[in-house]
Amino acid sequence: MHTEKPKHDFEPKIIAFVCTWCTYAGADLAGTSRMQYPANVRVLKFPCTGRIDPVFIIKAFQQGADGILISGCHPGDCHYISGNYHARRRFAAFRKLLEFIGVDLNRIQFSWVSAAEGGKWVDVVTDLTERVRTMGPMVEFKDLALEEQWSGGLNSPDLQEIYEAM
Amino acid sequence: MSRIGVFICHCGENISRTVDVELVASTASQFPGVAFATDYKYMCSDPGQSLIKKAVSEHRLTHVVVAACSPRMHERTFRKAVEQVGLNPFLCEMANIREHCSWVHEDREEATQKAIEIVGMLVERVKKNRVLPTITVPVTKRALVIGGGIAGIQAALDIADAGHQVVLVEREPSIGGHMAQLSETFPTLDCSQCIMTPKMVDLANHPNIIMHTYSEIEQVDGYIGNFQVTIRKKARSVDENKCTGCGICMTKCPQKKIPNIFDRNLGTRTAIYVPFPQAVPNVPVIDRENCTMFKTGKCGVCQKVCGPGAIDFNQQDTLIVEPVGAIVVATGFELYDITEKPKGSPIKGYGEFGHGKIPDVIDGLTFERLASASGPTGGKILRPSDGKEPKQVVFIQCVGSRSREKGISYCSKICCMYTAKHTMLYHHKVHDGQAYVFFMDARVPGKSYDEFWRRAIEEEEAVYIRGMVSRLYQKGDKIVVMGSDISVGVQVEIEADLVVLATAVQPRKGADALAQKLGISYDKYHFYSEAHAKLKPVECATAGIYLAGACQGPKDIPDTVSQASAAAAKVMTLFSKDKLEREPIVARVKENNCVGCFACRKVCAYGAVEEKEIRDRQGNLIKMVAYVNPGVCAGCGTCQATCPSKSVELDGYTDEQIVAMIEAL
Repeated sequence: MHTEKPKHDFEPKIIAFVCTWCTYAGADLAGTSRMQYPANVRVLKFPCTGRIDPVFIIKAFQQGADGILISGCHPGDCHYISGNYHARRRFAAFRKLLEFIGVDLNRIQFSWVSAAEGGKWVDVVTDLTERVRTMGPMVEFKDLALEEQWSGGLNSPDLQEIYEAM
Repeated sequence: MSRIGVFICHCGENISRTVDVELVASTASQFPGVAFATDYKYMCSDPGQSLIKKAVSEHRLTHVVVAACSPRMHERTFRKAVEQVGLNPFLCEMANIREHCSWVHEDREEATQKAIEIVGMLVERVKKNRVLPTITVPVTKRALVIGGGIAGIQAALDIADAGHQVVLVEREPSIGGHMAQLSETFPTLDCSQCIMTPKMVDLANHPNIIMHTYSEIEQVDGYIGNFQVTIRKKARSVDENKCTGCGICMTKCPQKKIPNIFDRNLGTRTAIYVPFPQAVPNVPVIDRENCTMFKTGKCGVCQKVCGPGAIDFNQQDTLIVEPVGAIVVATGFELYDITEKPKGSPIKGYGEFGHGKIPDVIDGLTFERLASASGPTGGKILRPSDGKEPKQVVFIQCVGSRSREKGISYCSKICCMYTAKHTMLYHHKVHDGQAYVFFMDARVPGKSYDEFWRRAIEEEEAVYIRGMVSRLYQKGDKIVVMGSDISVGVQVEIEADLVVLATAVQPRKGADALAQKLGISYDKYHFYSEAHAKLKPVECATAGIYLAGACQGPKDIPDTVSQASAAAAKVMTLFSKDKLEREPIVARVKENNCVGCFACRKVCAYGAVEEKEIRDRQGNLIKMVAYVNPGVCAGCGTCQATCPSKSVELDGYTDEQIVAMIEAL
């Protein structure tokens, strides 16, 4: 039964922003069904995906998250009627922005997992973890955040050049 | 300075098997702000809860984190426990280390590390939790029932009998709904009118019931316990207070050739009419589209003959606002019409059945009118085209239903039973006639149902053919039915005099528009969605709104009546208290910050965002800001994520709390 788990050099940190009615319940179901998935994910519960501010994603990357999952009720099934539609729009736009600033979009997953889809939760989490594992750690935001902390401001040579040009 | 207590549960062995709970507790005790940390075998048990309560008092704890199962399981339990020792329940949080940790990971080291991190996140979060007072809202102890069929009637009578006022709204000029159209009802074959009309009279005479017939819902505002419903009372052109129901207007009306919808267009009626003789209220309506007076301005016979002077050609629609605390939706169903192929609808028409062009192909409800003693034929089974008695009748089940190709995949549930009933009624009235039934499966679960169906075959000599019909066409005065009998694998051809289709049960047209007014959800067929398929079958996800009858899904009369009584019981439970407590997870506007852009109002699905004026001491208007009505707010937080100036906060899920969790990573 107990197979020897392969040891990896890199264990990515995955943060999941989920709604309480569908995906959180789906993750609970994965637990009650005793399904197994990588221990890399940390779940943050929200009432609705509509509550999830894109700033949280930036914040999570700054705190060293390597991959982010956002998941809620299927379209049409939102407990709050339309919150997931607002979330979908918001993240469609936000993805473009992240892409523009150079974040590899493979680090972010947006999905619908219902309260009945314990198996889907396991698949989504496992896929994202393995995908991000091959991509290696996400350091850019964390470095920026640290730099900001130490210097009180951004002070890279590139930026310095731009400031001076201004 | 916060003094946090952390309580780690073993959950028997469910958690402790894979998570080193002692290590989690000892690590947690080192977290900044934690004053006390311990572990226990069953935290939710009585001794476990006592342990928490004792620790709160002894260690003067300000916040509590219980690391155990899912908050969906026991959050309420632990919040109640801390409340008993004087802590605000919203200062207690749960860390889910069972469903999200011990049950899904095998590696003890990994699981323990994850559990420690989860507890760490919740410790940081709980520090930012604020005291939230419970919100109480008053309850208006009046109910609105939408729909005056058997579901609405039953729900209204039950609630009214419990002593509460009920407002019943019916779209048609009379209450009664589909049940009033039926001839006899399965499985007992008692006459529908005999059991229905006394209930209709009870309803009309009930001192606690206000009945608005020929009326529709215009607008619904408010929230559980406090709805304001605007009802459009359509112009009847007859004064309800003056009319005595003598009916002389109907006998004198010169327009006599209008198809009678109640009789499925088999008979005719006048322009001033009551839908059927037992109508409640027994007050006629003028059908303005067909009335000579309204078309040409000349006639007015009804007005001349009306003794009490009840006819009023100038009557206008009126809007009535009724305050209610709960709403029961009982709008019922209609039958799938094979003649139409609605534009843009996924539902395909029935070209192979002649698209409804063959006059002697009728649906089940039309057959009910033929069989009804009060129907257009006086209860004689006569076919519509030439009024002859049909000697061979073919019944076809599952027309529309259970057919993914035609766009409706569900089972309409009532057709197997009513078709069996039809074969019996037919056999009782036409002794030398033969009934054939094409069916896929006989779905007859229910008390005395299977016996009933077998009786149709064994005693009433109906021939059941398992298979579907591929084509119907007119040949002389016969209809050729081409089908297959799959149990013996042969093609069947029957020359029938009458064909009766058991067409699919569908929600009422306009069900979606009403749902949008009420703010309730519906499925892809427009049946209204219950909050939980098994455990909350009569509640809507929207608080204070309940479902009864076939508007929620196909249902027979016994099921409809049961659900209506269940909905009434839910309403009575709501009305048993003067005030209603609700979770204080609602959005709050920081009025100093708010610039009044009202982006929040656009995304609020509940209409909870209102405008508020901010004035200075002289009373000059300074600005308009958003105000979230805590009674209406459902607590989704979409407004907070949308607000460009970060001026609205969802209590219980503030940015501070979320960021604290992220930073704890």
